[in-house]
Amino acid sequence: MSTGLYSLHINNKKKLYARNIIIAAFLIAFAVISLFPIFYMVTSSFGPAVDSASAARSIFPSSWSLDSFKAYFDFSEYSIRWILNSILVSGCTVLGNVIFASMAGYAFAKINFKGRNFLFFSVLVAMMIPYQVTQVPLYILIVNKFHMSNSYLSLILPGLATSYNIFLAKQFFTSIHTSLLESAKIEGANQLHIFARIVLPISKTILSVMAINTFLSSWNTFFWPFLVTNKEAMYTVQVGLKTFKFANSTLFSPMMAGATISALPMFVLFFALQKYFLEGVTVGAVKG
Amino acid sequence: MAHKQTNNHKQKRFRITSDDRWGYAFIFFAMVIFLVFTIYPVISAIKTSFLDYKPFGSEYVGWENYADTFHNKLFFKAVKNTVIYTAIVVPATIAITFTLSVMMMAFSKKIQTVFKGIYYLPGIASGVALSVVWLWLYDSSPSGLFNEIMTFLHIPTQNWLNSSKTAMGSLIFMAMVSSHGTNIIIYIAALLGIDKSNFEAAEIDGANFLQKIRYIVIPLVKSTTLFLFITGIINSFQVFMNAYMMTGGGPDNNTTMIGLLIFNNAFTRSEFGLACAQAIIMAIIIAAISFVQFKVMGEDIEY
Repeated sequence: MSTGLYSLHINNKKKLYARNIIIAAFLIAFAVISLFPIFYMVTSSFGPAVDSASAARSIFPSSWSLDSFKAYFDFSEYSIRWILNSILVSGCTVLGNVIFASMAGYAFAKINFKGRNFLFFSVLVAMMIPYQVTQVPLYILIVNKFHMSNSYLSLILPGLATSYNIFLAKQFFTSIHTSLLESAKIEGANQLHIFARIVLPISKTILSVMAINTFLSSWNTFFWPFLVTNKEAMYTVQVGLKTFKFANSTLFSPMMAGATISALPMFVLFFALQKYFLEGVTVGAVKG
Repeated sequence: MAHKQTNNHKQKRFRITSDDRWGYAFIFFAMVIFLVFTIYPVISAIKTSFLDYKPFGSEYVGWENYADTFHNKLFFKAVKNTVIYTAIVVPATIAITFTLSVMMMAFSKKIQTVFKGIYYLPGIASGVALSVVWLWLYDSSPSGLFNEIMTFLHIPTQNWLNSSKTAMGSLIFMAMVSSHGTNIIIYIAALLGIDKSNFEAAEIDGANFLQKIRYIVIPLVKSTTLFLFITGIINSFQVFMNAYMMTGGGPDNNTTMIGLLIFNNAFTRSEFGLACAQAIIMAIIIAAISFVQFKVMGEDIEY
């Protein structure tokens, strides 16, 4: 299939193939460059745990072993717990957003209550505020006033229903036909019924996209967990990796093993649910 | 009688309907989170920016934090660094991803999806993980990968991240080859949305490939480009991770960006008031840039 943009050699099969091969070669070459750091990270993580400082590092390690992974896990008695912490925090954040942000989004889209436009407008404005503005007061609030540092609540609560997800849900639910909901209302169904029995079942895609996006950003987030945890037992994977990096600045392969471990769950999810990852990008992009 | 009617009318308007009750019930939890963890911190940030903050007994200092910021050379250096970084990374990334997306249009949707996936993959690794990897690619010893390339080309090895000549360039290069996925996916969606009749008309006029790009594609994806520019600038102004993990802002604060400066003021020097003032200045700069961009580039966009 060729679009109108590439109609030039459409009648000349030979030229068409030659042109497409050149374009593909360029695209693959650039993809190799952009994938290289990830590739290098994974292959290097199988290298020896301690290499002599002067040894030349190549793309593939001189000998393959799992020693570096062992070295990374031996660094802290909590390194397995960091992974479990990340799973717990990201899991709860996803659950909270899928339930609460979608309920709020549905209300903003389909329930005609007083103050709706004003409240939704403030959610929109809040999306544009850089996180640096809220970070310091949030830190003072959680750590100095609520005394909640080193707790799961401090890691989970602030991200439990993000403005972005409320916006995303509202945009999607607006596109559902009101007539469908009205007829259910006439038959006596209340809003909770309509939401749970009619709206949610036809919104599986958007909810999956929301869940995956939220999981990805929660898993990869560094700044907030770094601020509110100072006990090793409460670190997340990303904070643990940062700590390892600053403590062992010369251990090449173990550091790569740590980076691989921090990224591995996302890679697995990506290969399993690629469709939703890619769809999530265009769903989120506000059109004009 | 007339009076009574308006009274009735008023009562009707302010009566709590069942829709109101359901609406508030549905948004209740999200709005509590929103109020406590977004609205309150924003108001508190404005208040704190006028304080010499101490855990007990903060002092009101008026505009002092703002005045200090504007008399601080390091702040201007950080702004300059951020602007340089943004001015190179954002347009370059947009040019690269536009070119790649246009190239992908030569293929079927199936192949496009494969490429989208490949280019999206690096973006799902965390900032910490990517920084760790690039730290080693830029290793100053001869065994660092970039230095191995230099040796191969008979160019002297570089102290990439610790020399004021190359540190900023190294961070810029890293940003330019990482994570193109999002932009590409958005561009392809826009390119697929262009009506083929536009190209047919151009072909009748004898337009070649580059003319089609110049006179049809670029104008028709302009609103997408504007969107990517604005989101790109907003993200780039908040950049923190790579400078924090890889250079620590050095050498000689040559890679200190606003995000890192605010972080250092707040969490290493405990100057919460100053940090809040600088964060608010940054928010205003970002808002101003987005607004100007909308005005300049958005002039002839039709919605």
